Amino acid sequence: MARQILRQLVPARAPAHERALLPEGRLSGPMPWVIAIMLFLTLLSAATGLALFRAAGDVGHDLAGRVTIQIADPNPATRAQKVRDIRAALDGQLYVERVTTVDEAELKTMLRDWLGDAGMAADLPIPALIDVDLVADDPGGLDRLRAAVTRIAPDAGVEPHAAWLGAVSRLIRSLAWLAAALIAMMIVATVATVTLATRGALNTHYATIEILHLIGSTDRQIARLFQRRIAMDATFGCTVGFLAAFIVIMTVGWQFRDVAAGLLSGGSASRGFVWDYVALLALPIAGVAIATWTARLTITRALHRIL
Amino acid sequence: MVRFENVGLRYGTGSETLSDLSFTLQPGGFYMLTGASGAGKTSLLKLLYLAMRPSRGLIRLFGEDVVTMKRDRLPGFRRRIGVVFQDFRLVPHLSVFDNIALPLRVAGVAEEDFETAVTEMLAWVGLADRASARPATLSGGEQQRVAIARAVIGRPEMLVADEPTGNVDPEMAARLMHLFKALNKLGTTIVIATHDAHLLSSLPGIQLMRLDRGRIADPVGMLKYPPGKTTSKPAERRP
Repeated sequence: MARQILRQLVPARAPAHERALLPEGRLSGPMPWVIAIMLFLTLLSAATGLALFRAAGDVGHDLAGRVTIQIADPNPATRAQKVRDIRAALDGQLYVERVTTVDEAELKTMLRDWLGDAGMAADLPIPALIDVDLVADDPGGLDRLRAAVTRIAPDAGVEPHAAWLGAVSRLIRSLAWLAAALIAMMIVATVATVTLATRGALNTHYATIEILHLIGSTDRQIARLFQRRIAMDATFGCTVGFLAAFIVIMTVGWQFRDVAAGLLSGGSASRGFVWDYVALLALPIAGVAIATWTARLTITRALHRIL
Repeated sequence: MVRFENVGLRYGTGSETLSDLSFTLQPGGFYMLTGASGAGKTSLLKLLYLAMRPSRGLIRLFGEDVVTMKRDRLPGFRRRIGVVFQDFRLVPHLSVFDNIALPLRVAGVAEEDFETAVTEMLAWVGLADRASARPATLSGGEQQRVAIARAVIGRPEMLVADEPTGNVDPEMAARLMHLFKALNKLGTTIVIATHDAHLLSSLPGIQLMRLDRGRIADPVGMLKYPPGKTTSKPAERRP
């Protein structure tokens, strides 16, 4: 079965005298260049889609279990006491993975960026912040955390990050699906291009095909003449498109590496990185396979119409 | 060799081009198909060389029903038939040699096995010095000789020719007919469509099929040319 599919996709090299039955050179018309443009755009869409999917996954993964507790007590002493009590209550809980108190100096630095030195009055009340990472596989963790915090500091706010970054994550996912839809449309456009090019070649060489048919050529013999030529054209187009896209993707990736590093935290950015590149590398191969398969189907159907 | 039973052929939704054709061609026979222009000679030949399937009826060729035969078996049957087309249908970008060798290549014969045969055939049709010429540089008569050489190079079991001497001088026509007769003696069934009276007169005693508006006007074997040499009684004509 696999051998049969491979045989259909990779046409056997026809003998020289058979290849000479069609007079044109290897690269016929604009088809290789159209395929190059299609593959270039497909690769860009795919790279964008994969990056967005990865980003959405990383954002979701990083934020899914993260909660910030905000204690806005104006009295520094009671505020510090509440922080200590909450930390003590959360330490050792099974649903809590990590508890981190955000350093007050760090908060002041952040506020200074917003308010300026003039706005940073000595008596400016700065809330205390505690970052809590909940255990990922415990869906009731957030409710238990809220209950524990409310018992100690009823006025404290519990802010799950997923609540306010969830919309961003959904937007990123939507864009990624849009990229996937673009890829699907590119594939349809490639199939249409190859079909039209094959039909054009068939019309151009109809007289030759008809005579071959009438003296006993099989469909396979005739299809091989076109299939191989279109496979060569598609290989050329896909190579050009791939190289152009590779240069663009590498350039954009290099220019925005800092932004990407800022968006994605920890080592999660490298998760599946290799598979993304494997997928991108597979696209030109798939492009050649789709073009060859389409050409074969088009020729076979046309020959069936002759008789 | 060939049996037609109530065969009809219709192009599209028009009226039938061929109607109620019933005849048998014997192996090794030599048949001439005559009739006025538009009588259906070329359509009948197309059915014979498997370029079309009939709209109705039964056609048996080499002992098998080719009307219901699976499509992928047809090329094998086509290779057993040599065809001389009225418009030659040479492949324009191939040389004379390659055009003649085409059926052998399609059949998968090795190059070294047919080079001598093609060269001899070229000499026989008087085109030995034009082996590398393209068809466009040949005269009509030369193209016709290439078409005939291509049709007979594979020693077909049946040769179907549509006006094969229409573009050649009488001397070449006689040579070609000699070739057809030689092939016929070797066992090839020959079917030639023509309305060339000269050609008919060169083949006394030949079996005729006459088409009239898509119908057989004379049963096969009953009508000989010239009529005076008919040896058997004419059968009842079909309406």
